[in-house]
Amino acid sequence: MQPSCSSFKQQAAQALRDPKLQGAFGKLGDGLQARRAAAVGQLPEFEALREDARRIKRRVMSDLDTWLEQFEQKVLGQGGHIHWASTADDAREAILAICQRVGAKTVTKGKSMVTEELGLNDYLVDQGITPVETDLGEYILQLRREAPSHIVMPAVHLAQDDIERTFVESHPQLPPDRDLSTAESLVAEARQELREHFFKADVGITGANFMIAETGSTVIVTNEGNGDLTQTLARVHVVVTTIERVIPTLEDLSTFLRLLPRSATGQEATAYVTLSSGPKREGDMHGPEEFHVVVLDNGRSELLGSENQDILNCIRCGACMNHCPVYGAVGGHAYGWVYPGPLGAALTPALIGVEKSAALPNASTFCGQCVAVCPVKIPLTDIMRRWRVREHGKKMTSPLARAGLSAWAWLASRPALYRKFTGLAAWGMALCGGRRRRLSRMPLAGGWTRYRDFPAPEGETFHAQLAQLKKRAAKTGAEGLRHEQGGAHE
Amino acid sequence: MELGGKLEVGRSRRVALYVTCLVDVMRPSVGFAAIKLLEDAGCEVVVPEHQTCCGQPAYNAGGEAEAKALAKQVVETFEPFDAVVAPSGSCAGMIRDHYPKLLAAEPEWRDRATGLASRTYELTSFLVDVMGMESVEADYQGAVCYHDSCAGLRELNIKQQPRKLLRSVRGVEVREMDDAEVCCGFGGLFCVKYADISNQMVSRKMDNIEASGADTLLAGDLGCLLNMAGKLTRQGSRVKVRHVAEVLAGMTDLPAIGEGEV
Ligand code: SF4
Repeated sequence: MQPSCSSFKQQAAQALRDPKLQGAFGKLGDGLQARRAAAVGQLPEFEALREDARRIKRRVMSDLDTWLEQFEQKVLGQGGHIHWASTADDAREAILAICQRVGAKTVTKGKSMVTEELGLNDYLVDQGITPVETDLGEYILQLRREAPSHIVMPAVHLAQDDIERTFVESHPQLPPDRDLSTAESLVAEARQELREHFFKADVGITGANFMIAETGSTVIVTNEGNGDLTQTLARVHVVVTTIERVIPTLEDLSTFLRLLPRSATGQEATAYVTLSSGPKREGDMHGPEEFHVVVLDNGRSELLGSENQDILNCIRCGACMNHCPVYGAVGGHAYGWVYPGPLGAALTPALIGVEKSAALPNASTFCGQCVAVCPVKIPLTDIMRRWRVREHGKKMTSPLARAGLSAWAWLASRPALYRKFTGLAAWGMALCGGRRRRLSRMPLAGGWTRYRDFPAPEGETFHAQLAQLKKRAAKTGAEGLRHEQGGAHE
Repeated sequence: MELGGKLEVGRSRRVALYVTCLVDVMRPSVGFAAIKLLEDAGCEVVVPEHQTCCGQPAYNAGGEAEAKALAKQVVETFEPFDAVVAPSGSCAGMIRDHYPKLLAAEPEWRDRATGLASRTYELTSFLVDVMGMESVEADYQGAVCYHDSCAGLRELNIKQQPRKLLRSVRGVEVREMDDAEVCCGFGGLFCVKYADISNQMVSRKMDNIEASGADTLLAGDLGCLLNMAGKLTRQGSRVKVRHVAEVLAGMTDLPAIGEGEV
């Protein structure tokens, strides 16, 4: 997927002008936040679980290659195949090679953000293979040729009537006047349409929420059941995932399974948790003949041992975006690549370069709500700040901004001069504010005054007023103000 | 919240007031209100002359070198005191939460910063949690709502302290607005750099403030207050905006923030 993160501001402005998007994202947070809060409230050990989860993840990352090797050995031992892919190209080629070898014409797909990272659907179409998304949201987006706007609820930016129109246009063989006015009718129609694809598909591709080193299993956590059909009905099951998804044991999985649904949707548990451990064995009723795991790096290993390593701990629950006021204002597409919200702001620069994505880590007030809810306690704002440091260090910020920053710092380290400057500024602004006591326009702060007034200062600075009080007190011979004792204020 | 180890509730002590740049320039009366409240709580208040900016704007803009230089200046200036108190959760949070991280690579400075961090407080939490203050002597006629500024709430656990003191002000009715804990869209330079998004955030805040029926909006951080006051006056709202310290100290003769002739 081609990133357009550098156009974040324009994309955000567009989203802010779109009443439909405003409706969708403005309300999104309310329900999800309340549901998460309720689910978390019912689990007194939630905080302890977050701590456990972070510990497990940090342990994995300190020794990632060992865990991955262990996972590989188990998969091979169970008759599966592993394909290591250091770049997106490698992963696409590995997937294509499997599809071509088995002569695949149709490929069904469960929900997977990693395949978005690969731009896999377009790639397969170019190679003459038809991919069919089977997750309801992803299916709708595929019909509309749109990208997901949320990592858990990909079509959350759409309203019921958008979907209705899409179905009428995309399924011309059905009577145009059929009733699609309820969510149930849409689901039923999608099911009907998808059914034949499930049986026709030669290859089923899914993602993985986790890989378990101990058992060589991949795990998907879902609500629709489409993932199970995708991976059991096709002859070949290909799991596409990334290196940081490995966890040591089944026991560890239980920790994450208690955190993930509560954080994502406020559910105690999802409808399905599916473990896949190799191809169908003798005596198995169902299952694929071949089992492949494509494990992608795509820049992640460079984070290991770096100050931003913790972003690899993400379990893709989406809570950070559900609670983010910036995401809630502009939605997911404005972020311009696969991962939106605070997760995207912290991760995207690592994957596509800060040069192409500096706008994302800057688009935060550092309100800290994402950090407060992240189930694995990723210091998202610290990571965003470090991308800003990187950006500043590479002189990618505007020369004016950099000059302003050094000038301010220079002035602030000279208190006497600083007092003169602030005194002048306070006096000047108060003068401009006049009897309205506020300014409607201000140089260099057009962004502020376009939308709000700038309240004028009182006139004299605190330090100037304090100095005068002290002088007056000295003249009248009165006792010095209590707060000036200690001689710290001259 | 972890309080500085050697502070004992109720004991009189020498406290340095960190006025903060915004209070110094924009709203000096907040500084005087803070002095009054601290003195009423039995503290000896000192205003160190060498204070300027805590470096947060540079820190958040990626200017690490500049932020470090200013952080060291603050450490040197405020080290000699029993406690440092700022009428701002954001500036206090900068010292408490971020200085030790910022100076982590220089062990001597890191230790000094960590020492200072453990003695640095936001005003209302210092009054309640450290000085054990239960109530204030003040009058204010009105229904107020309190906006929880992000750094104060999430870095310093400030939530009940200002409300507790507000309830003791004669004539005050404390109302809660919806989403009091959601960011107002200020975010330092964010509100200028991402003006459109910031405007949308502050607009949602306005709706919640108006819906609360309060006639006065209070908060503990001047950045957020200027942002919200500017939006309220632009919209022609009648809601008055003040720093919480002004009401707690009974110093509300001065017009509210941004309040003047139409
Ligand atoms: S960063 Fe944390 S909150 Fe956000 S998606 Fe990842 S795990 Fe969830």
